Amino acid sequence: MERREFLKKCILVVAGASVPVSALTLIDPKKVLAANPDIQWAFLVDTNKCVGCGFCVKACKTENDIPFEANVSRTWVERYVYTKDDKRYVDSPKAALYGYIDSRIDLGRGEFKEIDPKNVGKAFFVPKLCNQCSSPACTQVCPVGATYKTDDGVVLVDRSWCIGCGYCIMACPYGARFFHPIAKVVDKCTFCYHRLSKGLDSACVNACPFGARKMGNIHDPEDPITKIIMNERVGVLKDEFGTKPQAFYIGLAQEVR
Amino acid sequence: MKSHVWRPLYVVIACVAALLLFRFFYVPNDFGSGKRGFMYSYHRKSNEMEWKNQPAKYGTSGRERMHEYCSACHGAVVKVRTEKLHGIIPCEDCHGPVMNHPENPEKLTIDRSRELCLRCHTNLPYTTSERHRIPGINPKTHNTGVECVKCHNPHNPSMEGMK
Amino acid sequence: MVEQIAQQAMIVHGEAWTIKELFTLPNEYIYWSIQIVMYPFMTGLVAGAFVLSSLYHVFGIEKLKEIARFSLVFSFALLPVAMMPLMLHLQQPFRGIHVLMTPHFTSAISAFGIVFLTYAAIVATEIWLVYRKYFVETAQGLMAMENRSMIDNGRMMIFQAMTLGAWDISPEAVEKDHKACTIMAGIGIPVACFLHGYAGFIFGSVKANALWMTPLMPVIFICSAVVSGVALCILTYVIVQEIRKYMARSKMARWATDTDAPNAEELEATKHTEVMISSNYLLYFMIAAMTLEILDLIFRGYTQVKSWDILREVIMERDFTKIFILQYGIGNVLPFIMMSLPGRTVRRTTVACVLVLFGVFMMRYNVVIGGQAFSLSFSGFMDYHLPIIPHDLETFKEGLFGALTVIATPFVLFYFINMFIPAFLKEESTH
Repeated sequence: MERREFLKKCILVVAGASVPVSALTLIDPKKVLAANPDIQWAFLVDTNKCVGCGFCVKACKTENDIPFEANVSRTWVERYVYTKDDKRYVDSPKAALYGYIDSRIDLGRGEFKEIDPKNVGKAFFVPKLCNQCSSPACTQVCPVGATYKTDDGVVLVDRSWCIGCGYCIMACPYGARFFHPIAKVVDKCTFCYHRLSKGLDSACVNACPFGARKMGNIHDPEDPITKIIMNERVGVLKDEFGTKPQAFYIGLAQEVR
Repeated sequence: MKSHVWRPLYVVIACVAALLLFRFFYVPNDFGSGKRGFMYSYHRKSNEMEWKNQPAKYGTSGRERMHEYCSACHGAVVKVRTEKLHGIIPCEDCHGPVMNHPENPEKLTIDRSRELCLRCHTNLPYTTSERHRIPGINPKTHNTGVECVKCHNPHNPSMEGMK
Repeated sequence: MVEQIAQQAMIVHGEAWTIKELFTLPNEYIYWSIQIVMYPFMTGLVAGAFVLSSLYHVFGIEKLKEIARFSLVFSFALLPVAMMPLMLHLQQPFRGIHVLMTPHFTSAISAFGIVFLTYAAIVATEIWLVYRKYFVETAQGLMAMENRSMIDNGRMMIFQAMTLGAWDISPEAVEKDHKACTIMAGIGIPVACFLHGYAGFIFGSVKANALWMTPLMPVIFICSAVVSGVALCILTYVIVQEIRKYMARSKMARWATDTDAPNAEELEATKHTEVMISSNYLLYFMIAAMTLEILDLIFRGYTQVKSWDILREVIMERDFTKIFILQYGIGNVLPFIMMSLPGRTVRRTTVACVLVLFGVFMMRYNVVIGGQAFSLSFSGFMDYHLPIIPHDLETFKEGLFGALTVIATPFVLFYFINMFIPAFLKEESTH
């Protein structure tokens, strides 16, 4: 072996060995957090716990000044009913602002369908809200930089800069965005950013009596919500779009889109 | 560049310069990219503070249930009322957002409507849902037109608590 | 305050013309309505008109000389109108300037301001180069005039400004104009295609929309843009020539009384050749556009990905009339047959052009509205009802009358632009 080659290999070995060493030091979560002390908000929905009371929608609309009469909402609850003869019904009347006080399914166009209780197979409720994606398609397409992702992981809209073109509404695969009927700009769930920064839970998390909605800092390994997300089987909505949603769901059915 | 055919270009350059000058004065100084880079976080930085400074309407519960907050003044009442089944329901769901209630006690808007109770207590035949565990009635046949609170005590909803 | 807001009956944007069926997400409405149909339609016309004019300027197809000059001026009149539907559709139209102030280049829309203005500058430059001699001569003529009226003074100042101080109209200088013009037209074609191709990209890159998302979208848009632009130029050209024929016969206009003015027969002859040749190009581009559209449809049907179930229902059932009868049948196949059958006449071509324009409009409609006709949840549908009688500003802007305003504007503009930049000139003043 020539000297030059020997030296080369030595360098390779040293370089190679140093990688796992550095990896070990990096993996320690506390050190990661100390070096990177930022917050990364994530949402956790336990669909098993949701009963469709709609208190979350009511609280959200009240907290964030979205008129009750306007048929748009930052968060909503969907009802899924499967019949034993293999039919699927979904609805979300008034975004479930007043909960589900009717056993009939809202088919739109003012039509309702009563399902024979004996024919009901599985049925459940799914709360939805902005997923505050890691790679949000909506902020990518804003032509003027009026919607953006904050450093702590929340997607916000700058109401004084939005031109109201609606491109972000089109780009969102989750239907989380809409035009605010009074502000005349795009509006969306902010995870109640004003509450988070005051150390409060978001209005919907606060209002849920059953603990179906929770929020946590996914960069904090001691956070109970982070522990659930890390240790249990959770899913996200529509991962095929590559948006990397930060709202995680327990008990997701594949028909929930 | 002596040729006259370049003149439209001078006009264009003048227009661009005018536009850039206008832009210099028009665009807020704090416009820029955040940690997520140009693609995801190109924005006016002061907007973050504008959102943060929005006043909160619902209570200062923090990570605890808001019962604690209400207990500060209504301690004994809250303690009794949260022992029963409805103890899981935050006070504000029915009593309205606390906003400036401590300073101005009149402000609270309490929802005693039938529809509020029906949110959970409408009977839906969904055996696979948690909803099934909540006692439910058929709103079309169960004492129609009467407010639930006429007979039921929302703070002690068991049958013994009936008024 | 919360209560006050809650009391108001409130219609959110999009609710007035959207009818929802089965399960749609609460925030889903047809947010992009008729004005966004108009937007690619109008930009398409701009791009197409410019491409037609370039056929003469770049490729030197001499026979197209007259229609080329006409299309150039007409595409200048169409330019501001490409922007109009966007402004009418914005919820905050006065902030439209933000696109130029803080362009966010990862967005397909952000380039609009820049590409649009670049393109406008190119068209304006080309017009300046073509008409400089005319500007100089007119300005000199007005300056030589004694006791000018107020109007003449105003015209003189405008023409003086339009010369940009380049008064040299010696044959060498005009030859320079000619060369520069060819170069500008050469640059113009890719920019025109980009302007419109990226209108296609705006739709094609929306990954959330199953109907829009295809890389073919920009190409389809460019081809149909050229088709619609050429068709509109032929149509307008025929109409304008008819008017000129009428004027030449009855000696109505000032130019018609000149001794060397073209008579009605000469006008008819030029019209015939110009229309015949341009309609050949129309046919070529129609074949390209139709092939790509059908390819897209077949590909979707063959691959049958997750979204196909709902797309099939929209394309084959709900929108069947709009797509297969109005767009492909009346808008593509019928005019294609009309133009390719032997013994083609100007009249038949003109009728075919009207149908082609309708077909391209329906294509835009079926893409823009059809793309929003189904829910993101794939389990519901949304029906679009064009507001006809406006009852507030929004239903005017995004209703029938808003669309008609947009359609009418280029013709009004053309009338005024024509006062200073006459689309029809005798040979000596231009090239």
